[in-house]
Formats: sequence, C-alpha cells, structure tokens
Amino acid sequence: MYISISNVNKIYTRKGRPFVALENVSLDIERGEFICLLGPSGCGKSTLLNAIAGFETPSSGRITIDGNLVTRPSRRNVTIFQNYGLLPWRSVLKNVELALESDRSIDRGERARRALHYLELVGLGSFAAASPGTLSGGQQQRVAIARALTADPEIIFMDEPLGALDALTRMKLQDDILRIQRSERKTVIFVTHDIEEAVYLADRVVVMTPNPGMVKSVLKVELGPSRDRTSADFVRLKERIFAIFNMKETYPIEYTI
Amino acid sequence: MSDNFPVPVRPGLFRRLLGLRLVSLGYVVASFGILLAVWWTGALISGVSEALFPTPLGTFRALVEIIADGSLQEHILASMYRFAAGFLSAVLLAVILGLVFGWYGVLFRLVNPVVQLLRPVSPIAWMPFIVLIFGIGDIPAIVIIFIAGFFPVFLSSVAGVRNIPGIYLRVARNFGVGRVEIFWKILFPASFTQIAGGIRLALGTAWVFLVCGEMVGAQSGLGYLIIDARNNLRCDILAADIAVIGLIGLILNSALEYGEHLILRKWGLLGE
Repeated sequence: MYISISNVNKIYTRKGRPFVALENVSLDIERGEFICLLGPSGCGKSTLLNAIAGFETPSSGRITIDGNLVTRPSRRNVTIFQNYGLLPWRSVLKNVELALESDRSIDRGERARRALHYLELVGLGSFAAASPGTLSGGQQQRVAIARALTADPEIIFMDEPLGALDALTRMKLQDDILRIQRSERKTVIFVTHDIEEAVYLADRVVVMTPNPGMVKSVLKVELGPSRDRTSADFVRLKERIFAIFNMKETYPIEYTI
Repeated sequence: MSDNFPVPVRPGLFRRLLGLRLVSLGYVVASFGILLAVWWTGALISGVSEALFPTPLGTFRALVEIIADGSLQEHILASMYRFAAGFLSAVLLAVILGLVFGWYGVLFRLVNPVVQLLRPVSPIAWMPFIVLIFGIGDIPAIVIIFIAGFFPVFLSSVAGVRNIPGIYLRVARNFGVGRVEIFWKILFPASFTQIAGGIRLALGTAWVFLVCGEMVGAQSGLGYLIIDARNNLRCDILAADIAVIGLIGLILNSALEYGEHLILRKWGLLGE
C-alpha cells in the first residue's frame, strides 16, 4: 500500500480540556488515487491531511508513505492551501520557481523554463511577470497549482483549495484539477465540505464526522472519468452521502384506503 | 503581463518628495506665509534687539552669508557623513539582529528585559562615556545616532518577524527553503512593512540626536554651528541653521517615505 494510516489518534488541549480531533483513523491509499476527505467543520479532515503531510504528528498511531514513517513535511509532497500561500513580493513566475530553488542541480534558466511550462499548463503563461495581488482568486489558486506541479511531487495535498472561489470558477477549476491529475498521474488528497465536489472529483470519498473526528465510511465512486453532475447515478451517490450525515430525512409512506 | 492592468494615476514627484500628497500646494504656501508673518511681526513689536531676535530678512541674509563663505556646505557635509555612518550602520545591524532574534524567540526573550531597560535612556546620557573613550570628533555624534536609531528598528524587526502569517512559513517549509535562505527569501520581505515603519521612526529620532551629538562632541556640523553661532552672538546664523536642519530633516524623511513606497509597490505589499 502506498499511503498507510493505521489507528491514528490526535488529541489537542483546548482551554485546558482534551479535545479529540481524530479517533482511531485507519485508511489505505494507493498511488495515483484521488481521495476526498469530506465532512463538516470539526470532523478532523484538515488535521488528518496535515498529519499525512507531516505538518502535525499524531498523538498515537502510524502514518507511512511508501513504507517510510512520516515525521515532517517533505518536498516530495506539496500542500495547496485555501488562501493560496503565494508570496506577494514575488512575481507569479518567481512564486512558481520557489518550488525548485532548493534543488541545487537545477540552474536558473532551467528553473524558469520548467516554471513557465507549468504556468502555461494552468493557462497563466501570459501572467508570468504579474504580481500575485493583481490576479483573481481563481487565478491565484492556479498559480499555486502550477507551483505544486513544478516541484514534481508524488502527492498533492489540497486543503479546501476552492473554498474561497465563486461557484462557476470553482467548477472550472475542478475540471482543471481532474485534467491535470490524470495527465500528471499524481496522488491527490483533497479536503472539502462540499458533497458534490467530492463526488465529482474523487475515486474514493472518505466521509468523516465530528465529535470525535472519525471516519464514518469510505465510498468508492464508480462513475468513470467524465462525470455528469445531473446524472441519476451521480445524484444517487450524493443522496447516499447526505443520508450518512443524516441530512436527508426518510419519510415512511403510509397508505390509507 | 502587467501591461494589462490599469496603472493608477500617481501624484507628481515634487509633491511626493515633499510628502505633501494630501495637501495642496496652496496650503503649503499659506502655512509658511503665516509663519513668516507671525515671526516678522513678533520681531518688530517685541522690542528685542535684532541681534537677539532676528527677522526673516536678517536670517535670510545670514543664510546667504554662510553659503557664500562655504561654511554651511562644510557643516552640512560633516553632518551628513556622520548621520549616514551612524544611521545606516544602526539600521543594518538592527534589521539583521531583529530578524535573528525575532525568528529564534528564545534569544529575544533573553535580551528583551535588558533592551527595555536601555531603551528609555536618552542617547545623550551616554555622551560623557563616549567622549571620554573616543574623544572629540566624528565618533561621538555617530555613536549617538547609532544608539538613537538602533532600538526602534530592532524592535520593529522583531515584531515584524513574529507577526508573519503562518502560511508563508508553511510554504517555505514545504518547498524546503533552507535555514539561512529563509531570512532573505521569507522573513525580511514578509516583515518589511513593519521594519520600514521602524526605520522611518528611527530616522526622525536619529536626526534630532545628530544635533545634540554635535553640540557636545564635535568641532563641525550643523549642531556645532548652533554652539558656534551662540558663542559669537550671531542669532541670525542660529536661526538660519535651525531652518536648514528642519529642511534637511524634512527632505530625508520624504525621500525615505518615497523609497519605502517604491519597494512596497514593487513587492505588492501596499494595502488594497
């Protein structure tokens, strides 16, 4: 198994009291899979993501990637944040180049060339010299995606990356992320609280519930590569997830004759 | 490309240099007009001898006199040299130490009590020590300016680093930015807004203390000229010197603000 999460617990102390952010989470992820961690706020989905990415260490349990225990962030894995994480004092191109700067074997010209390649892949080649602050939210997130791809990571972690975008921009970026994930063959772990987004993107949806944060169920999405948000199968899967969250009431029908 | 974005209309260079973006030129003229009128009337009706209370005209004549004999230029040069040496070394050292101490919080907690003890002490209080150790000359004024400029910049750099949004640090960690590189790649630019505020504050304070330093420990410079004019009972030269000190302070401050503005704009750090 590529990523293996076994019996992970994470307990914080909040206002002097222990708070269980993750309880006994176990999950296996294969190389190249698109996984969505889905749940309401407080269900521990971001905590789990941060633990796999190495930003936080579990209170107990083990997380391994390719057999190696995760103890700190690695350049092999890149995280994309909701608020983009672009450095405003650098141009768009220089922001993307950051991904390669710690690799001494790549010279300046090669660095710029690769960065520009990925900027073009996300459709922002002509914005290379612009300052990130002059771009729209959707464009900024594309820059962050280009930067992540430039690092040529094995895993891309996305922490509600589209949460700050309007609905139409969001759908456009969902398509772009899917297209890029398939062409670049990356493993993606994507945190969201949007059920439709999870069903549209994921190979498997990990449904999480709060108090304490735990994995309620894991659903395989067998809808093929091009998904129609309005198809019957799509809607059925959404309804199943609604039901898991107890958000869809089932009305027993009574017949009286 | 940046060509695609509308460039905001900027106020003219002249107004920016004077730091008067919000004030129309009319107010500037009126303000100085009122000053001159009050000053002149005061000098005429006070009955004090012109030798002790010079009129604007007398001051202007004195200014022409010290420019014509070249002494003003020499004093300005001497002062500017000391100011540059003291202020630039203070800023350089304070920014570097501030970034390091801000980043390694333990260090800052260790020195902060001593810093807070020394900070309220007027740089002038050190003067006897400085003169006894270094003697009369350039050094006392440079040291005074250094002390005056150091603390605001140091403390604002420390605060700047401690207020950096966590996401920049996570991005740096994620892309493997090194322990040393992080200082100029992330910490300095991310805390620049606060550092610049400290530098601006330090500039004003340091310029004030230049005059103090030169009044006590020097044989040249704008501060020394004050003592010299007093000793010769040349109050007109004294008034001209004060005007020059004020004007240079204003120019330095405006130039610094302008430079700060350019960097902030280039780095995309200006508020929306």
